[in-house]
Amino acid sequence: MSTVLQNLVNQPYQHGFVTDIESDVAPKGLGEDTIRLISAKKKEPGWLLEFRLKAFRQWLTMQEPAWPNVHYPKIDFQAISYYSAPRAKKKLASIDEVDPELLRTFEKLGVPMNERASLAGVAVDVIFDSVSVATTYKAKLAEVGIIFCSISEAVHEHPELVRRYLGTVVPAGDNYYAALNSAVFTDGSFCFIPKGVKCPMDLSTYFRINTQESGQFERTLIVAEQGASVSYLEGCTAPKFDTNQLHAAVVELVALDNADIKYSTVQNWYAGDENGVGGIYNFVTKRGLCKGVNSRISWTQVETGSAITWKYPSCILRGENSVGEFYSVALTNHHQQADTGTKMVHIGRNTRSTIVSKGISAGQSSNSYRGLVRIAPTAAGARNYSKCDSMLIGERCSANTFPYIQVGNQSAQVEHEASTSKIGEDQLFYFAQRGIGAEEAVSMIINGFCKDVFQQLPMEFAVEATKLLGLKLEGSVG
Amino acid sequence: MIYQDSTTVLEVRGLRASVNGIEILKGIDLTVRTGEVHAIMGPNGSGKSTFAKVLAGHPAYAVTAGTVSLEGRNLLELAPEARARAGVFLGFQYPIEIPGVANSQFLRLAYNTVQAQRGSDELDPLEFDDFVREKMKLLEMNPDFLDRSVNEGFSGGEKKRNEILQMALLEPRLGILDETDSGLDIDALRVVAGGVNQLAGKDNATVLVTHYQRLLNYIVPDYVHVMDGGRIIKTGGSELALELESRGYDWVSAEYKNAARATA
Repeated sequence: MSTVLQNLVNQPYQHGFVTDIESDVAPKGLGEDTIRLISAKKKEPGWLLEFRLKAFRQWLTMQEPAWPNVHYPKIDFQAISYYSAPRAKKKLASIDEVDPELLRTFEKLGVPMNERASLAGVAVDVIFDSVSVATTYKAKLAEVGIIFCSISEAVHEHPELVRRYLGTVVPAGDNYYAALNSAVFTDGSFCFIPKGVKCPMDLSTYFRINTQESGQFERTLIVAEQGASVSYLEGCTAPKFDTNQLHAAVVELVALDNADIKYSTVQNWYAGDENGVGGIYNFVTKRGLCKGVNSRISWTQVETGSAITWKYPSCILRGENSVGEFYSVALTNHHQQADTGTKMVHIGRNTRSTIVSKGISAGQSSNSYRGLVRIAPTAAGARNYSKCDSMLIGERCSANTFPYIQVGNQSAQVEHEASTSKIGEDQLFYFAQRGIGAEEAVSMIINGFCKDVFQQLPMEFAVEATKLLGLKLEGSVG
Repeated sequence: MIYQDSTTVLEVRGLRASVNGIEILKGIDLTVRTGEVHAIMGPNGSGKSTFAKVLAGHPAYAVTAGTVSLEGRNLLELAPEARARAGVFLGFQYPIEIPGVANSQFLRLAYNTVQAQRGSDELDPLEFDDFVREKMKLLEMNPDFLDRSVNEGFSGGEKKRNEILQMALLEPRLGILDETDSGLDIDALRVVAGGVNQLAGKDNATVLVTHYQRLLNYIVPDYVHVMDGGRIIKTGGSELALELESRGYDWVSAEYKNAARATA
């Protein structure tokens, strides 16, 4: 039976191809001159160069965090190229002028880039290596006042907005990787939903790392003004290389009074092969600020890729009655390591948060949930509910839960539930005895286990996530 | 019921099986024909639950000798799911819980898998709903069972009813019920036994594995077999169960040992 399980969890990676495209790659290495080069290439204003340099100087004084439950050789930050862009012959006037090779790449990945052909009705911003290559439905969104573009573009066209919010949720010196990102970020998405506007379609960013020795450092900033709402989706893939690549992104969300931001991620970076060679180091800082009263930020993530995942999408609940949510499925297989969870920081009165985390470990992987619930003395009437479930497939994987709870106000209510279960011989035998094969059994058990999270995803994403977990765990039974 | 024109459903000859290198079944012979109900009784550790699991193909047990056939077909070369599709049903002593999976979803998948194997029509969710509700009446089950996660938070009695419901849906050739009476109060026992009696027909066969005689007050077996030390050491009619209830198992073991010594 263990061979059945082994075959089930040994599915090849589907997005491992490399696009042969001419790229403009900066020389390897990191110094102030690298940062000046990036800033100059992007023709940035002086304030942004200053922001970068300040972050870099802070980064130099910082230490790589040692507390996560992950193990990897020391990263040589001088061996990475910090800028790689598909070489464009001229400035693009429309999506039709995008390099056809690039369009084919995204077609292969199933990302809708052609507005006319796209039936999904999802606006997409596509980031290839470090540069945004296309944003769809821009004009249509602009009609209702929504700005959705690459952050480089926003720096030029809406500098006052970017300057007002950039670094306000994740300060440049917040942590080691956020500081690195602040210094060298090359592109990302910017999204602004003005007062009272409900975004008429889901917005989506698709990230792709293509070049072997480049890092990807994108920066996403989403602002929802008073009464605005938006649902944002993020997908990620990378080719298979036998070296590790660094992905250190920063995502900042700001929700003003009565605003609502829903951020969903399906992360499928290359995870390395079955022996743990290659794969992405995914060191990401994601944080949302519920700045206004009654605001709500909801994170949903399905993490299936990366050799190492270090990621804690968080909510700072400052506005009175604001709501933070975190729904997560993290699947690790082979030698993958994940240390992921959330932080819910309750500052305002009557703030509420919900955490639902589902960790699935297979192979020899290690999967840790790490979460902080902090109730500040000001957060009278705050409530939190946390549920952390782990599932083990096979005998050689591990699951850990590290909950941190700090309560500074007597009137707060904090609940924490945790469970561990296992898919083993007896579970599969029960299904088999009802005529159901191992593949279908595992898929049914996993989908049942993840149900609370999947039902938070937008419909098409939920289907994709279900399929993705299937691909990761199903296969020929032999 | 013993019928004149019955055919052989299960034929076991010289079956030996071990787990982790320790032999548990030490040569079992058993023939079960259509229409018959057999009870396998015996003290704890006698090997009766192992026998049930080996017939269903539990992967933890290695068959080291002997043959098992179902309606003439070699069962031992079939994977557990193929045995199920061929008509072997095992009612579990401890059914597993499947959180987040609706009972209706699980039952329908199992039903359709077996239907497909038999070349019969599969049912869509609506058709299946009507069909399963009808079957549930047999076991006096509340329809809300369908929406609950499989066995999650079920009482002992509810789990066992759910097992018998599955047997009712899958209509096996051979139903093996492993300690179906354990954890049941007297009302649940009556309902579960009633269900089994209704399902037992002229064309199928039932094997009850049980430690106590209690269940046999409701389901009257045609044959009672006593297992001890991995062997069937005595076979009789339903009256044997009553004798075991009043006298225990020790005398059967002693009788068997004496007989063995006599032949040695």
